[in-house]
Amino acid sequence: MNTKSETYQRLYVSDISCASCVNTIETALKSLPGVEDVEVNFADRTVNVSGDVAQDVLIKAIAESGYTACLAQDNAKDADKENQELAHYKELFKKTIVAGVISLIIVAVTMLDLIPDLTTFTGQVSWGIISLLSLFVLVYAGGRFFTGALKSFKNHNANMDTLVALGTGVAWLYSTFVVIYPGSVAEIARHVYFDTATLIIAFINLGSALEMRARGKTSEAIKRLIGLQPKTARILREGNEIDIPIEQVLLDDVIRVRPGEKIPVDGELTEGTSHVDESMLTGEPIPVSKKVGDQVVGGSVNKSGSFLFKATHIGKDTALSQIIDMVRKAQNTKPEIGRLADKVSSIFVPTVMIIAVLTMHIWFNFGPTPKLTYILVTTVAVLIIACPCALGLATPISVMVGVGKAAEYGVLIRKGDALQKAGQLTTVVLDKTGTITEGKPVVTALEPSESSSEEELLKIASSVEINSEHPLAEAVVEASKERNIELSSIESFEAISGHGVKALYQQKTVLLGNRKLMDDNGINLGKLSQRSDDLSKLGQTVIFVSLDAQPLGLICISDPIKTDSKDAIERLQEKGIKVVMLTGDNRATAETVASLVGVDDFIAEVLPQDKANQITKLQEQDEKVAMVGDGINDAPALAGADVGFAIGTGTDVAIESADITLMRGSLHGVADAVSISKATLRNIKENLIGAFGYNTLAIPIAAGILYPFTGLLLSPIIAGAAMALSSVTVVTNANRLRWFKP
Amino acid sequence: MGILINLIGVFLIVFIIWWFWLYKKQSEATIEGSSIDIIVDSGVYEPSVIHAKAGEEITLRFIRKDSSPCSEKVLFGDLDVSADLPLGTPYDLTFTPEKKGEFEFTCQMAMYRGKLIVE
Repeated sequence: MNTKSETYQRLYVSDISCASCVNTIETALKSLPGVEDVEVNFADRTVNVSGDVAQDVLIKAIAESGYTACLAQDNAKDADKENQELAHYKELFKKTIVAGVISLIIVAVTMLDLIPDLTTFTGQVSWGIISLLSLFVLVYAGGRFFTGALKSFKNHNANMDTLVALGTGVAWLYSTFVVIYPGSVAEIARHVYFDTATLIIAFINLGSALEMRARGKTSEAIKRLIGLQPKTARILREGNEIDIPIEQVLLDDVIRVRPGEKIPVDGELTEGTSHVDESMLTGEPIPVSKKVGDQVVGGSVNKSGSFLFKATHIGKDTALSQIIDMVRKAQNTKPEIGRLADKVSSIFVPTVMIIAVLTMHIWFNFGPTPKLTYILVTTVAVLIIACPCALGLATPISVMVGVGKAAEYGVLIRKGDALQKAGQLTTVVLDKTGTITEGKPVVTALEPSESSSEEELLKIASSVEINSEHPLAEAVVEASKERNIELSSIESFEAISGHGVKALYQQKTVLLGNRKLMDDNGINLGKLSQRSDDLSKLGQTVIFVSLDAQPLGLICISDPIKTDSKDAIERLQEKGIKVVMLTGDNRATAETVASLVGVDDFIAEVLPQDKANQITKLQEQDEKVAMVGDGINDAPALAGADVGFAIGTGTDVAIESADITLMRGSLHGVADAVSISKATLRNIKENLIGAFGYNTLAIPIAAGILYPFTGLLLSPIIAGAAMALSSVTVVTNANRLRWFKP
Repeated sequence: MGILINLIGVFLIVFIIWWFWLYKKQSEATIEGSSIDIIVDSGVYEPSVIHAKAGEEITLRFIRKDSSPCSEKVLFGDLDVSADLPLGTPYDLTFTPEKKGEFEFTCQMAMYRGKLIVE
């Protein structure tokens, strides 16, 4: 499935000054392959382009025709949306008040007996006026229910509007009939229900308004993320620093960020150093130090120094925009648990209509007199009390809040299904390198043989290893740099897969690698052999170096364990989850790391391609398995697991193989994700039980099931209030998740 | 009189079942070219049944006229496609349905309902 979100792109061209500019730009863009239509708006200096073309290509084409273009961001859209929502809320509120006030007037005149009996002419006229007054309420405050019901009906569809329109419509029609033909109804049944119809409309409008308010809060996480982006950037142009709107920042622009300011777009630091607070994006609480060449992320806050950076990603390509996009998309997905509610709500309204007809039947055939009154009260109550909204909202509204909450902690959930599965995990498999450990090996000890020295050992090893791309080689070279050891060139270099390397150094053969390499070449390691065994048991990786068949020494390398790995693993275990470590390292090293961090089990000496098989094996034992890795080397394992976590990817969110991306390098993200998922799942269940329970209890009560035992019937007005409250309750319950702390 | 009213009730139930569940013909449309306008208003997508060809990119231009929050989202659950629809401004949802079959699209509460039939 290819989803393309950018069929339309809006660009801002600051230097459009005449009609001919419009033509030039149009011609330039229309000549690009993929462009379908171009619309240049001279007034607001924007260009709308439709078609499948990259932003960069468009901007470049405009630049080549002599203009400066940048992305026009639709900040206005969000503001528009908020204004629209506010307007809608106000309108609902106004309708509630109008309907409420008129209802109260009707209730008052009825209760105070201000209007004469219907059999009199004055009574008929007065009630006729009230009928018109309530018709006004139905049309003004409830008109949308009637148009919606009619439209749905024509489409062979039925929804909440259908129920409200039927309920209030029947009440009004019956009452008006009684007013016009009072004689045709037995005296005992000569009631009118105008107040019922208008009060129901008032309650439902109030419910919609409250629900809308509460719903606004469910998308707070997204609003917060959008709010992270600053409005302006201070760019360097022709030696001057000028403030420009962020939409006008171009790729490769050099931007100045002063202490305390937000970084406007993504880029690479070119001058200065600083500490940057990325917590709002990654959840990482400690500011990250930045030097020349480091990446900085738009939306993060510069804490200390002033620096310059070059923009590398702008507009929709920035990490922040991608995060927002991903969270939005995830909020719109539904986990499996919501499927049943969806199925029920698809047949809900017609079913309620059938129940209403059956209710009518039962009261008609078996009910007491006056039958008409009982039939009307119960049927209207059934139609009004049934709430498909609560059922429909139960799952998605909790997912919205849950996914947003996770994003606050730097946990990006791709789909609602992952949210559900993460709450049901029984085993978490952690890749060792880069997940439990830092993933950056460092030299921890040098042990030269008696005839050599530390310096010689490191010099020869580094001179060889600088030609290798192995991560352990990097550690060796890094160690020689720290000691300012000058490297020599070598005459030849050969990698021996899985064992090490062989090189010619000053006409002497250097072997560098594991014990097998030494054994295969008949090198007697002597005392170094025992020493290596001891070090391996401590979790160190040992590299032997020999020069002309004589051992030169050994180099210990280890990948430090992340400081919080142990705590995070404990947190997972406290949740009853079994934690397993997976590594390609030898057993001894793996055992040491496993015992240091306290995992329940470990699987050592696993080749990268076999990681996925290990996950399958666990799944065959009926475990619900999560795999946590870097998302690159272990993509098949991540994809095969019930939930794949990509960890420590910074702000790179585009990891397709992962169901959940952790922007922070810490394993606490896994524990946070599990906690939030469990809480969200619980919340969904509460909502579903509430919504199902409400409807299965309330509908029979409204139909009058309690009447034979208690003699009580539910007033349709109460039914209206209950219905209005039920969906507000669901949204409010979901909002409780906002205060959840994992 | 009693029998008549009972018969009317039975007729109503049969009618509800037939009209809402058994009657198949809805406002159908086939995408001509690659794009189609879908009006989102008063609880209904118009057209609500859309025919498309598998493997061909389509653009569904949603025009939302209903200001109630229910109509804001459109979700194609089985296709993993969703969108937030702005009020009053057309929104183009472009994607390529690869699989053949019938895929429902709904609002967040599944009150608005439509069907994409990929042939």
